[in-house]
Amino acid sequence: MPERTPSQTVGPYLHIGLTQGAYGAPEIFGPVVAAPGMPGTHVRIEGRVLDGEGAAVPDALIELWQADHEGRYAHPADGRPLASNSFRGFGRCPTDKDGVFRFDTVKPGQVPGPNGTMQAPHINVGVFARGMVKRAFTRIYFPGEPGNASDPILALVPSERRATLIAKADPARPGLLRFDIRLQGADETVFFDA
Amino acid sequence: MRDVYSRAGNAADPPFLSPDYKSTVLRSPRKPLITIPQTISEITGPIYGHSDVKPEEADLTAQHAGEPLGERIIVTGRVLDERGAPVPDTLIEIWQCNAAGRYIHHVDQHPAPLDPNFTGAGRVVTDADGRYQYVTIKPGAYPWRNHHNAWRPAHIHLSLFGPSFLTRLVTQMYFPGDPLFHQDPIFNSVPDPKARERMVCRFDLEATRPEWALGYRFDIVLRGRDATPMDTDHA
Repeated sequence: MPERTPSQTVGPYLHIGLTQGAYGAPEIFGPVVAAPGMPGTHVRIEGRVLDGEGAAVPDALIELWQADHEGRYAHPADGRPLASNSFRGFGRCPTDKDGVFRFDTVKPGQVPGPNGTMQAPHINVGVFARGMVKRAFTRIYFPGEPGNASDPILALVPSERRATLIAKADPARPGLLRFDIRLQGADETVFFDA
Repeated sequence: MRDVYSRAGNAADPPFLSPDYKSTVLRSPRKPLITIPQTISEITGPIYGHSDVKPEEADLTAQHAGEPLGERIIVTGRVLDERGAPVPDTLIEIWQCNAAGRYIHHVDQHPAPLDPNFTGAGRVVTDADGRYQYVTIKPGAYPWRNHHNAWRPAHIHLSLFGPSFLTRLVTQMYFPGDPLFHQDPIFNSVPDPKARERMVCRFDLEATRPEWALGYRFDIVLRGRDATPMDTDHA
């Protein structure tokens, strides 16, 4: 049997290959996961990637993977029909000089979890950067969501670390959720192994 | 809940903290990863394929008015999973420096010339048998500031999706016999020497096109389905 090809860092020049629209190729994905006409509750998710000293990481890349507003994935392993054929569930955004990324999307619906449970609305997140030799995997959960208390994945996270996975609403900016990613330190974001 | 994708092969990956590669020191998660079951959110993933990419994106030497300088090469191979099954219709994103060891990226200040005929970005989608091929020029080595007199071996960056969120892979393809391997902390961040060799392509006379370009073969192996048959679950 063939064996896995190992992971390597994206390096500092990741933009050439992973944001090819900036280098003259047609853009096939970007930070807009759901265009304005898409059904569902639209949200902007904005955050910063920070290193172990709290400094901005300006050469990171964030990828999102999520279900649509009814909790359906645009993938054959889901199989249920989507509300909109144009929803593909994927987004990608490099960080800027201040370590900031921004996505426009819709809040996903609940999706099934293990053993007949339901998962609270969440978005899978991949984090890449210069200085990261492989992708780190985390999740964005939504604030004030009643399903969070019974979510089977959050239940696996020590309670004192769960807050790192829940986006924060900003009362001054309706429709905006903040989600910072701390690669290291006392309030390091929870990363998963699946 | 039983795993759909094998976890054992992940041991091939480098540890987040690979201190000889100095940038990992402040950018490596240090708290234990939380092991979770593979739910529908993980066994699904983005699907981008032939309808998203034009065939000419697989030729990095044909994006400008003239031909880039350097040694033209053909890179071909298959994308497979750990059980040897082909991974069809999956997107590969490609990026690299030019023959002089310079990236078009504004951050790259290496005093080597840019090539007006070379961007160094491409895309290709595997066919029904997991095969892919692209044409480019052989990238040069270049210095970086990780340690005194540090040089990156020639490499091409590759990004792949595979069929799920869990099969995502970003790696680098190296060239056989590169004298810079021993001093490169990125190549050596992979702990197992045999696993490192799986990042090195091989020269292939069959893939070589007479009087035109050398051919290199590089198979890429993504996470595969767990060896335990799923269809015995009901037993």
